[in-house]
Amino acid sequence: MKNCLKRTGCPSIGELQNSPAFPKREDYLKGPIAVIECIEEIPCNPCETSCPKGAISIGKPITNLPRIDFDKCSGCGICAAACPGLAIYVKDYSYSDEEALITFPYEYLPLPKVGDTVTAAGRRGQEICRGKIIKVTQSKASNRTAMISMAYPKQFFDEVVTMKRLKAAE
Amino acid sequence: MNKVPLAVIGAGPAGLSAAIEAAKAGVKVLVLDENSKPGGQLFKQIHKFFGSREHKAGTRGFDIGTLLLEETKRLGIDVRLNTEVCGIDKDKNIWVIRNGKESSKIEAEAIVLASGATENAISFEGWTLPGVMGAGASQTMINVHRVLPGKKVVMLGSGNVGVIVSYQLLQAGAEVMAIVEAAPTLGGYGVHTAKVCRAGVPFYTSHTISKVIGKNSVEAVEIVQLDSSWQPVPGTEKLVEADTVCLATGLTPLVELAWIAGCEFCYIPELGGHVPIHDAYMETTVDRIFIAGDISGVEEASTAMEEGQLAGINAAAALGYIDGEERNRLSEQVWNKLDSLRCGVFGEKRKLAKERIIAAAKELVV
Amino acid sequence: MGRIIEHPILGNPEEKKKVKICVDGQELLVYEGEMIAAALIANGINIFRYTKHSHSPRGIYCGIGRCTDCVMVVDGIPNVRTCITPVKDGMVIERQQGVGKWGEKDE
Repeated sequence: MKNCLKRTGCPSIGELQNSPAFPKREDYLKGPIAVIECIEEIPCNPCETSCPKGAISIGKPITNLPRIDFDKCSGCGICAAACPGLAIYVKDYSYSDEEALITFPYEYLPLPKVGDTVTAAGRRGQEICRGKIIKVTQSKASNRTAMISMAYPKQFFDEVVTMKRLKAAE
Repeated sequence: MNKVPLAVIGAGPAGLSAAIEAAKAGVKVLVLDENSKPGGQLFKQIHKFFGSREHKAGTRGFDIGTLLLEETKRLGIDVRLNTEVCGIDKDKNIWVIRNGKESSKIEAEAIVLASGATENAISFEGWTLPGVMGAGASQTMINVHRVLPGKKVVMLGSGNVGVIVSYQLLQAGAEVMAIVEAAPTLGGYGVHTAKVCRAGVPFYTSHTISKVIGKNSVEAVEIVQLDSSWQPVPGTEKLVEADTVCLATGLTPLVELAWIAGCEFCYIPELGGHVPIHDAYMETTVDRIFIAGDISGVEEASTAMEEGQLAGINAAAALGYIDGEERNRLSEQVWNKLDSLRCGVFGEKRKLAKERIIAAAKELVV
Repeated sequence: MGRIIEHPILGNPEEKKKVKICVDGQELLVYEGEMIAAALIANGINIFRYTKHSHSPRGIYCGIGRCTDCVMVVDGIPNVRTCITPVKDGMVIERQQGVGKWGEKDE
């Protein structure tokens, strides 16, 4: 779908596949890797400067699209916590036989608890499947952005990018 | 009466950055601000800023505000709050009213005007109802005052302000029922719109608000589709339940003081309208009156801080505190940072607009 | 409308002293030093005045002291911009009708 991002608010898979930071199928076989959904030239490079492995390159000018070297990427998630646009998550296809694991940034309350079952959601916030919360962290470096790791059925690997926000406790 | 080498009007990111650079060069600086707290719009910005490390990318707006204030304090810069500037004459005498009561005159040798911008208003039936407000007003309420202005919000405008404030309304616990955009494409950065999409907020492109319904306050919002000539298409009206409408329909530079001081202007619609002409050193057509930030054209907080630095450096140079060579070196450093912020599809338009302003300044030089 | 208690970025609010204000005869406990408009909105009040000719209800618009849509009568003085005026203990606040009454209170 042409110009999906500017017409609807979120990118199409076609638009994402043009990005040098959007993994190809075979990249996912390496283990957990970062996925950057940033396809516009905006002046921004914390992903590049935060990566401890030097796996992300932007260079100059800083409006260049980020490029990931998936051989160097260890899926540590530091870039995902650093990205001001919350445009990065880490996906691990090989998490278990049945499940994949996604680690994504989250800046809402209430936070889920480890062990909770939540609704895993797609790019429009639509319900995709059930997810299980494996880890919830907030480091000083992540600057108040929580990182949530959620396991979900492998068959929904591509569609899930986040979880549905939880209602505040009454 | 007060005599001061440099008066900076506006204690937002541009003004504080200007004061800091001038004070670093040894200038005694007085910062004036009509508000009871400094920081301009910075303390409302609870999101992480973009840019590079030198632009403090990844730092939240309000943390940058705290850093600027700490630096201001460390340099012993005098910041006078609750001080409204009512006029500037051709000799750079500044008339102020303090605490709404005491008036006095400040004689300045140089001035930096950093008064920012104001939100635009769009009118439609029902726009005066309580519950209809600027997007910035709702942002002030939630992020500064920690108060929710409403629970169900319709946002008009999909530029960065509209989309970022929508995200912050969600974080504050409100529901954003719709983001309405008159153009066929969304204005804000894709990463911002995508973030809001993931929260399930619907976007309505080629739509506008036809009316707001309610007896004593907002109860519902009627939106309508627009055709390719921006005309409402009859029969496409849709009612959205809401108690709040936020207007994110652009900003206009607050340039009254520049008019009063006698600055020449040019009309740059991409940057918000009438802006004072300034050269590459942020000096207006009035000798030793400099401008920085949104008053010189609506951009972002990061460019405001860079322009502030540029104005501060050059005000210090004009007063003799920095020599020509050092002034050029420091100015070039700031220009490199400004250029990197004005790159890419979003920045290009602003870059060209700024070049037009500086070209207009060159044309006026006798 | 209401107060934001927990916030993912701002954290929990600081402890603040409470003060008593009177709004159109109703006593409210609000936080010392907060803006009148914020205190009212936190307590579900969003109509601040009625216009002179059409008696239309008005509330906040710009929120930063520029538009004057939020003016109310404060301690007898009309046209006070409530979005930038902090509350004080014992303050008396009234919905303004039109341009309000002038000259009835000594400074």
